[in-house]
Amino acid sequence: MEANIEVSGLRKRFGPVLALDGMTFTVTPGHVTGFVGPNGAGKSTTMRVILGLDAADEGRALIGGQPYRTLRRPLSQVGTLLDAAALQPSRTGRNHLLWLAHSQGLTAGRVDAVVELVGLGSAARRKAGGYSLGMRQRLGVAAALLGDPPVLMLDEPFNGLDPEGIVWMRGFLRSLAAEGRAVLVSSHLMSELQDTAGHVVVVGRGRVVADASVAELIAAASGDRVRLRTTARPEAMTVLADAGATVAVTDRDTLTVAGLAAERVVALLTTHGVPFSEVAGHRATLEEAYMELTRDAVEFRADGAR
Amino acid sequence: MTGLLRGEWTKFRTVRGWVLGMALAVLITVLLGVFTASGSHSSCSGPEGDVCPALPVGPEGLAVNDRFSFAHQPLAGDGSVTARVASLTGIITYPPPDHDKIVPGVVPWAKAGIMIKESVRPGSAYAAMMLTGGHGARMQHNYEHDVAGSREARWLRLTRSGDTITGAESADGTHWTTVSTVRLTGLQKNALMGLFVASPCDLTVTQGDLGGTIGKCRLTQATAVFDHVSLAGNPWTYDDLGGHTGAPALSQGTFRESGGTFTMSGSGDVGPYGIEGGQIVERTLSGAYTGLIVVIVVAVMFITAEYRRGLIRTTLLASPRRGRVLVAKSLVIGVVTFVVGLIAAVIAVPLCSRILRANGNQLLPVSTSTELRVVAGTAALLAVAAVLALAIGALIRRSAVAVITAIAVIVVPHVLTTASVLPAELSQWLLRVTPAAAFAIQQSIPEYSQVEGHYVPQMGYYPLAPWAGFAVLCAYALLALGLAVLLLRRRDA
Repeated sequence: MEANIEVSGLRKRFGPVLALDGMTFTVTPGHVTGFVGPNGAGKSTTMRVILGLDAADEGRALIGGQPYRTLRRPLSQVGTLLDAAALQPSRTGRNHLLWLAHSQGLTAGRVDAVVELVGLGSAARRKAGGYSLGMRQRLGVAAALLGDPPVLMLDEPFNGLDPEGIVWMRGFLRSLAAEGRAVLVSSHLMSELQDTAGHVVVVGRGRVVADASVAELIAAASGDRVRLRTTARPEAMTVLADAGATVAVTDRDTLTVAGLAAERVVALLTTHGVPFSEVAGHRATLEEAYMELTRDAVEFRADGAR
Repeated sequence: MTGLLRGEWTKFRTVRGWVLGMALAVLITVLLGVFTASGSHSSCSGPEGDVCPALPVGPEGLAVNDRFSFAHQPLAGDGSVTARVASLTGIITYPPPDHDKIVPGVVPWAKAGIMIKESVRPGSAYAAMMLTGGHGARMQHNYEHDVAGSREARWLRLTRSGDTITGAESADGTHWTTVSTVRLTGLQKNALMGLFVASPCDLTVTQGDLGGTIGKCRLTQATAVFDHVSLAGNPWTYDDLGGHTGAPALSQGTFRESGGTFTMSGSGDVGPYGIEGGQIVERTLSGAYTGLIVVIVVAVMFITAEYRRGLIRTTLLASPRRGRVLVAKSLVIGVVTFVVGLIAAVIAVPLCSRILRANGNQLLPVSTSTELRVVAGTAALLAVAAVLALAIGALIRRSAVAVITAIAVIVVPHVLTTASVLPAELSQWLLRVTPAAAFAIQQSIPEYSQVEGHYVPQMGYYPLAPWAGFAVLCAYALLALGLAVLLLRRRDA
């Protein structure tokens, strides 16, 4: 099976709400694809449609060229973490994995292997009702890996993880992708994916807003802006604004200047005798790029709420 | 599908509460049976002290009535007897409306006629041609079997040839019609042949205080005059079969001969024994109704727990073909419950039977196949009820509402109909159209059309035949499961 996910033209309406509005993207193997957007942008709905849990009104979603509902032993083709809290509290973590394994014709040996892999250890023999959120996420990842699938889909896997857990999860996802799997990870916080995702699909209002590699996104968001550190903020703002630049105050002694190249900024400040300690090309964070891209979606939602 | 089944089985056995619930169902079924049996005492005051005399057992292994007036002669080998019933009259004690007088009258199943009987031993094989008080001429044999003749007949004839007996009737003594030919297997060469009269008690059914009915059976006596008796010349022996001294005078038979005319009176009946006469095997399984409630709770939780936790989505991800998920779940809960029901029944029936007998109760004997049907049928009933409960759980998705619904449709009708609180007609209707109809599979003693009986659910008689009643439950389970599959396929999970 080809390790990819193809989503094209998904539309779905829940009563008056258009949850998906032509959602289209492809997830390819070898790197982690971030699936990012504000809450309610349609990430979970898209994942549920891909997994055959919800039916789309229009469009199609294929995994390795096939609809999920036609897969035989699907856990060996797609590993999923949707809701880590979806557990029978009185069943042990190991037994949760065991029934999943048995349903796919897998053995208890495989269960022990994935328990080891996610570092659940002896907790696996305790009742799942007593698990912390972090342990549930690990159990969910173990369940996703049970069938050693070439495709992984994880919905908000960082939720509830402590910093140590987040570091572990990032490394784990990267290594899974490095093994040649297609890994789709949704999150409503771009920062979580900063060092993990190689590719990002940004969604808002049920459609794709941006679909690019992380490097491209950051370059686009950085634009031709210059970061300026100065103790004479008002003077610098006057001089640069007079020269036609757009100046924004970033914090107490830094300004972000748009519309002028770094050399021009240095020349102008020197000419007018304005002191400065640092001039640098601005490099946006993934978070900033994301904020820029989803601003419309968020604003629209705020309007709609009124 | 095997993977799916294995997965669902693992799912079931790894929740301790469900496994314990099923064990509890066994325990409750057995213990309640033991309590009921321990509380049932029976004693008789008779010639043998307070031990009740054993019920006669017929050639087919069932408890029988064998109490009637019998004037007989030995019949060596093949032969024939003919007689005319000149009149059939009788006395009914304290009939409705006021139950205060003894009046002349013949009950519909009063019998007078001729009989070939193996011996005077109660329960021995027989075949008889008779006129009845209200059901015309009949040929009956070996207590259970009854064939209708005409209403005009007055003349009766029985012919023995080996172990085959042919019964014939005639209105005029010249034109004869065969009513039936029956076989009395192993009938010995020297049998008895003669005249008999029986008159079963008069059943009156009154309204009970709570809405149910109360049946009372009062003593009757029938008197028949026979003439044109073919054996008239030989000496007669008269026996008041099954009677005992000290019984009311009216219940004791008489026999008088005068110039070829025989006048004989008698009381009692020769036929199968009904539920009212003793303890029935299904009563040892009365705990199963409560066990069923526990089974329903577990079966409902088996699916609603998944909805409550969102685990249903994990299940559907592992097995995207949704119909199969419900089928696998049904199979697992059905098989588990069947085994659980079988264990409970296999323990409860012999254990409680022993306790009942030890307490002096007469346990009505039934055939092995009937006992098997009661035991396996109870297990099957629990199993299919569990599947129905599971399907209701899948439709409603909420534990409490689904449990209440399942109990309301399966258990409640049965409680209402057997607890003597509803009118009999309503009870019978409920036991035809609700899933509770399936309890008919436990009925060990059938309703006999040739015996006037208080055939109502509260006595243990169901309106549908055992397997027909069971089929009603199966139909409900299939319907609910089909609906649940349809909905699961259509709805977003």
